[in-house]
Amino acid sequence: MLRKIALATAATLALSAGGALAAGGHAELTDFAFAHEGPFGRFDQFQLQRGLQVYTEVCAACHGLKFVPIRTLSDEGGPGLPEDQVRAYAKQFTVTDKETGEDREGIPTDHFPHSGMEGAPDLSLMAKARAGFHGPYGTGMSQLFNGMGGPEYIYSILTHYEENPECAPDGIDGFYYNTSFPNGGVPDSCKDEHGVSTVPGSWIAMPPPLSDDQVTYADGHPATVSNMAEDVSSFLMWTAEPKLMARREAGFTAVAFLIVLASLLYLTNKRIWAAQKGKKTA
Amino acid sequence: MGGIPHDHYEPKTGGEQWLHKRLPIVGLLYDTIMIPTPKNLNWMWIWGIILTFCLALQIVTGIILVMHYTPHVDYAFASVEHIMRNVNGGYMIRYMHANGASLFFVAVYLHIFRGLYYGSYKAPREVTWIIGMLIYLMMMGTAFMGYVLPWGQMSFWGATVITGLFGAIPGIGPDIQTWLLGGPAVDNATLNRFFSLHYLLPFVIAGLVAVHIWAFHTTGNNNPTGVEVRRTSKEEAARDTVPFWPYYVIKDLFALAIILLVFFAVVGFMPNYLGHPDNYIEANPLSTPAHIVPEWYFLPFYAILRAFTADVWVVIAAEWLSFGIIDAKFFGVLAMFGAIAVMALAPWLDTSSVRSGRYRPMFKWWFALLCLDFMVLMWVGAMPAEEPYATISLIASAYWFAYFLVILPLLGVIEKPLPQPATIEDDFNAHYGSKAHPAE
Repeated sequence: MLRKIALATAATLALSAGGALAAGGHAELTDFAFAHEGPFGRFDQFQLQRGLQVYTEVCAACHGLKFVPIRTLSDEGGPGLPEDQVRAYAKQFTVTDKETGEDREGIPTDHFPHSGMEGAPDLSLMAKARAGFHGPYGTGMSQLFNGMGGPEYIYSILTHYEENPECAPDGIDGFYYNTSFPNGGVPDSCKDEHGVSTVPGSWIAMPPPLSDDQVTYADGHPATVSNMAEDVSSFLMWTAEPKLMARREAGFTAVAFLIVLASLLYLTNKRIWAAQKGKKTA
Repeated sequence: MGGIPHDHYEPKTGGEQWLHKRLPIVGLLYDTIMIPTPKNLNWMWIWGIILTFCLALQIVTGIILVMHYTPHVDYAFASVEHIMRNVNGGYMIRYMHANGASLFFVAVYLHIFRGLYYGSYKAPREVTWIIGMLIYLMMMGTAFMGYVLPWGQMSFWGATVITGLFGAIPGIGPDIQTWLLGGPAVDNATLNRFFSLHYLLPFVIAGLVAVHIWAFHTTGNNNPTGVEVRRTSKEEAARDTVPFWPYYVIKDLFALAIILLVFFAVVGFMPNYLGHPDNYIEANPLSTPAHIVPEWYFLPFYAILRAFTADVWVVIAAEWLSFGIIDAKFFGVLAMFGAIAVMALAPWLDTSSVRSGRYRPMFKWWFALLCLDFMVLMWVGAMPAEEPYATISLIASAYWFAYFLVILPLLGVIEKPLPQPATIEDDFNAHYGSKAHPAE
């Protein structure tokens, strides 16, 4: 009996953990099969490089990546830029040296700059700070195969700008309607009598950042809004979890080792107890 | 060690005798590791070892994390990111520590409910039970303070909400809250004292664990039948027991390997599953998250805290009887701590002379309902405070109290227990001598 209860406990635990995450308004999310998803997923190095380009040419105008050291661009399991390119990349930034207090050119050991614009959040951890997925049934177990949906959230925000809905043709001044943004304001005319929004998403302060052919990819990859959004989402997943691939490798090693160890202990345990269990006096 | 008669350590060589006369430490270790243990223990008796492992894991990973962590509001969040990005293997250590807390609580809940089902709290094991409850309270305090250290949004707002509970105490509450926080709000002083205590309490827990083990080694382990080991002679005791080494050491290690397999699968492939995404946003006192949700292991008691709102009749009655001193907020705090207090009092609330739930036909169902109740509380604890969750949490909270305060005392009087085996040996042989055992 206690065993059944233990199993049921595990199921509930999964449900409440998922439930804890399933907060927020309703917003549309595009599921995307990123290369890094699933237990065997790996970052696509070229996609990360393209994502870095989109970040540098578009996002960096307002946003920062203050937790990411520039040198990690050459790390294995990341964009894997050659070190001379990383040095050249760092040079574009002007950094106030901590020791001399004077401005100098950036070097690879510096971090990416902070957000340069008031209200624009730092993007270092954005892909982990937003969870897109809670399924199935709110358990969140799908993240084993799909990830937590952070990159999908970023992709959806970047691509789901729409015309203002019928209930508010003028929208909110200075804001843009985005069907994937759950946390922004909604005009009263788009709420029902309980104050609940009747439209997906809400209004966001960020203007639509991407347009077709905004960047020119060196590898000839077509620079559609969707491609750029996908690339930069993947790149931001890497900035949030740079050791993702190393962690999974460690996970595989640990699980494989424990399967062997558990098998040996199972056999040892069986052998030890056999003498005790042989006596059938009853 | 008192209790079950067994062979003790005999120092043989001159060196051993020399040490034994001055410090009988080898004898203590021998008696501890060779302690006669009921031979019919089932797989629910593995959690003690798992918990000991968890404590060791948390202390070891924690000590390493402290080497790289900075307890200051301006640097804490960044230093955690430093651990995740720059420290060799730091991401693994931190994820093991964060998920280790969850494993710790999974194990402690299964351990506690095992005790509740098999009557492990009953005489003569009340002291073991009470020490266990103290350990559990300390674990909750330690886990809560640990969750504040990364200084994310949930860290900050969780600390604000939970310390606010103490502010609900009538009269002196606000002063206590200020004293706990080291200021009018959660700030650097709070972070520093939480860090200090988060490092200290695990060692207090380790001390209590030693006393916990000492206590049940004195009384002997409980077992699935609840029947005591025969202890009139060494020979008779030996027929009911096996020495802890190697029988249970190997069995528990096998169980630990299986548990760790699941643990490392979580750490390796979904390490943020049990965390909250908002905690990857640096703490911001000016921006309150839409939903402040505690970690999963606090959810059942968080649900009880929120269940007693101002429109519930017991709350209205309490407020009227106390001339307004006990308002809804304070009632919720009392209910939350009371929920743990009634569990701690189980040894004196349970009137049944039969120890194990296996031989208590009515108890079994009420206990199953208690387990379900705990899960329902955990679920509603994660839900927003609105209907239908408010009503569900009120009913579930009421059952929690009813189980300990009404059902346990009454069952002992009205229930007709099933026959119990005469000895542990009988139970063991019945189990392994026939194909199906009715109680399994």
